[in-house]
Amino acid sequence: MPYGFTGKFVEVDLSSSKVRVVDVRRDLYRKFLGGRGLGSWILWERLGEVWEGLDPYSPENLLIVLTGPLTGYIAGVRLAITGKSPQSGGTVGSTIASEVGLELKCSGYDGLIVSGKAKDPVYIFVHDDKVEVRDASKVWGKGIRETHKLLLRDVLPELRKTPRFGEPKEPAMIYIGPAGENLCRFAAIEGKYAHAAAYGSYGSVMGSKNLKAIVVKGTGPLPPVYDVVKLKELIYKAIELVPKKAPRLRIWGTGQGPWRYGRDLSSIPVRNWQEEYWVEKSYSQYDLEVYDWVKRYWADYGCPLCCMKVTVLHRNGETVITDAPDYELLAYEGSNLDVWDVRDIAYLIWCGEELGLDMINAGNVLGFVAELFERGILTKDDLGFEVKWGDVKAFERLLKMIANKEGIGKVLAEGTYRAALKIAEMKGLKPEEVLKYAVQAKGIGIGAHGIRSGLDYPPISYVTSVQGGDHQSVAMLPLDAPPIVNEVWASLADSAVICQFNMLGGLDLVFDALRAVTGWNISKEEWVNEDAKRILTLQRVLLLLGGPDVYWDPRVHDDNPPRFYEPLPSGPYKGKAGDREEVKKLKVQYFSELGWDELGIPTKETLSRLGLTELEPAVERVRKRLGI
Amino acid sequence: MPIWIFREYDRCSGCRYCEVACSLKHEGIIWPEASRIRVFEYVPGITIPVLCSQCTDYPCVQACPTKALYVDESTGAVRVDEGKCIKCGKCVEACPGRIPRILPQKDSVIICDLCGGDPECAKVCRALGFNALVVVDKWPGTHYKLYARDAEKITRDYIKKLYKVDPEEVM
Repeated sequence: MPYGFTGKFVEVDLSSSKVRVVDVRRDLYRKFLGGRGLGSWILWERLGEVWEGLDPYSPENLLIVLTGPLTGYIAGVRLAITGKSPQSGGTVGSTIASEVGLELKCSGYDGLIVSGKAKDPVYIFVHDDKVEVRDASKVWGKGIRETHKLLLRDVLPELRKTPRFGEPKEPAMIYIGPAGENLCRFAAIEGKYAHAAAYGSYGSVMGSKNLKAIVVKGTGPLPPVYDVVKLKELIYKAIELVPKKAPRLRIWGTGQGPWRYGRDLSSIPVRNWQEEYWVEKSYSQYDLEVYDWVKRYWADYGCPLCCMKVTVLHRNGETVITDAPDYELLAYEGSNLDVWDVRDIAYLIWCGEELGLDMINAGNVLGFVAELFERGILTKDDLGFEVKWGDVKAFERLLKMIANKEGIGKVLAEGTYRAALKIAEMKGLKPEEVLKYAVQAKGIGIGAHGIRSGLDYPPISYVTSVQGGDHQSVAMLPLDAPPIVNEVWASLADSAVICQFNMLGGLDLVFDALRAVTGWNISKEEWVNEDAKRILTLQRVLLLLGGPDVYWDPRVHDDNPPRFYEPLPSGPYKGKAGDREEVKKLKVQYFSELGWDELGIPTKETLSRLGLTELEPAVERVRKRLGI
Repeated sequence: MPIWIFREYDRCSGCRYCEVACSLKHEGIIWPEASRIRVFEYVPGITIPVLCSQCTDYPCVQACPTKALYVDESTGAVRVDEGKCIKCGKCVEACPGRIPRILPQKDSVIICDLCGGDPECAKVCRALGFNALVVVDKWPGTHYKLYARDAEKITRDYIKKLYKVDPEEVM
């Protein structure tokens, strides 16, 4: 078995409650590493033939939970989750900071494949070689905090059943809230209180399988590595380097972001991206320090950086306990909704995370609704109440309606793109009349980094990304551009399954660690020219196959949302906007760098060079659908 | 002079590098559950490092039926004679915090040996800049036993301080 891997996946078929352990072909580890890469390949292998017709909410879809070669060994534990995405129709390597990754490896598995659909609510409990499907009726319908508590109470007696062995540590868990159970198309898989694998909406895939949670406890060691002495040296090097490269992240988390991206770079969403600049003074880390944070340093396993905080608020007789708030959610539940008090923002985030919503996409939808209300497209009659900018109570009500699919919530739970189409239909408008307010890419709400000022994200970031609006994995040129969010490096982090922020210690460190753990001599150039391309090409083909409710046409959908072509109305970069001609030019250049044709369809030569010839018929299917 | 590892819960981030460093030193591989120090996180954000407190009356050593446990005179650590340990768990029962750990994969009980006087966990914690674990001289006194509590008890107490809620609400 290659070093750093266990070589085994555990597979649970929820329809029959059958559990089996499967061996993974050795060559696949080198070709796809793990996580996002390997997950996409498993999906292709098992579902590729029927991809377009496959409903992501059908029992046939797979939910794959994966570790990678670096998980647990170095710098920031992570867990990758994938499946056919109900948002994009392709695959997203959705990652979460969760010790489930570590515990799986310590149980002897590189990943967990869930298929089928349980008759009644269940959760999966992995305890070393014992894998069980257990009754989850007690936690079904419960919010995140309650779910965590009740699951812990449910499994601790089991873990402690031999008292003379001493205290076992708590298991790691991931779970969904009511939003996932009700198949809201932007439901996250949550961990702890507000850690989330959100992009891709795999929370709703779990919900469709009646799977509330996955609980894992492994008591064994991590698999042996190629060079443990070197690995130890690298671990200490990371501890020294990573915090030094990004000291701000340890002190303020990403909570320092709003000033940077709002005031300095004009790239924060304000009122559904109508603006990307703000002048309000008291917003961001100062207020967080003074009002919110009770614990300054909070990390998950193996993180030397430590960008999380714990926030506690007492409000309306409830105690809010949540993570950071981080930059993305400060932006999406803050400026994007015209809410500026960090306590209000933290409260809104908590409301949504408790329901198991992806709060980036939720904030995207709420901003979209508030703008439609402002423009009179949606009215009080449609919504049941007024939804004005800055109205925390109205947004809180909407979040609950979305998660429970009540009233207009049923439409909004489809996510910005699909909701826009439905609202247009409801109102007798042309789709583009509503879509012009939808700030999304390939069905996924765009993360809180704009492209218009030209100072933050590059113009084709979301245009050609294989993960749509995902702000943590975007397209840029040159292909090996250093930002860690470059999808070439993001696919490395998500396939080796480590935290992207820990790549701030330098890419060399990551490649050295990969070498020390696996013994493979993968160079940076090799990654850029082959491995990353292999993963991105595979994901691109699955994205273009898409379906069954929406299909992407590269001639239409490989583009920025219309809003990004409207000039910025305020701030030092007033007047700046995306340039359609430039986007078109860069797009073709990007495609050609990846070995794809001018529409972004991988060529035969590329498929064969990357060892993906099996994908040829799928590419033909895409061409046929597009009539080219 | 015997030493003691001071643990400051407020400063512990929960990064668990102490577990990584400890298992690398003692087991030659990363093995969090076999680490002599383990950070418990029963409740998100409440991270509690737990390791042997070297009680001055050493109830675990007294309880050992095979004399596998003994006290290291120079550091004050409890040492395990691996050949003699029968994994009976009497030391676990005797410890007020049930801190020793027995794993099916290991042949003898796991107890912190203070790394012979230069503990890896405290070193790595300092390198990280958290200083949640600090090595101090062990002054005479019996109060060290106060730290020999199980993680669940400490967590419940700490929740009240940090979150100001009834522990029943969250665990």
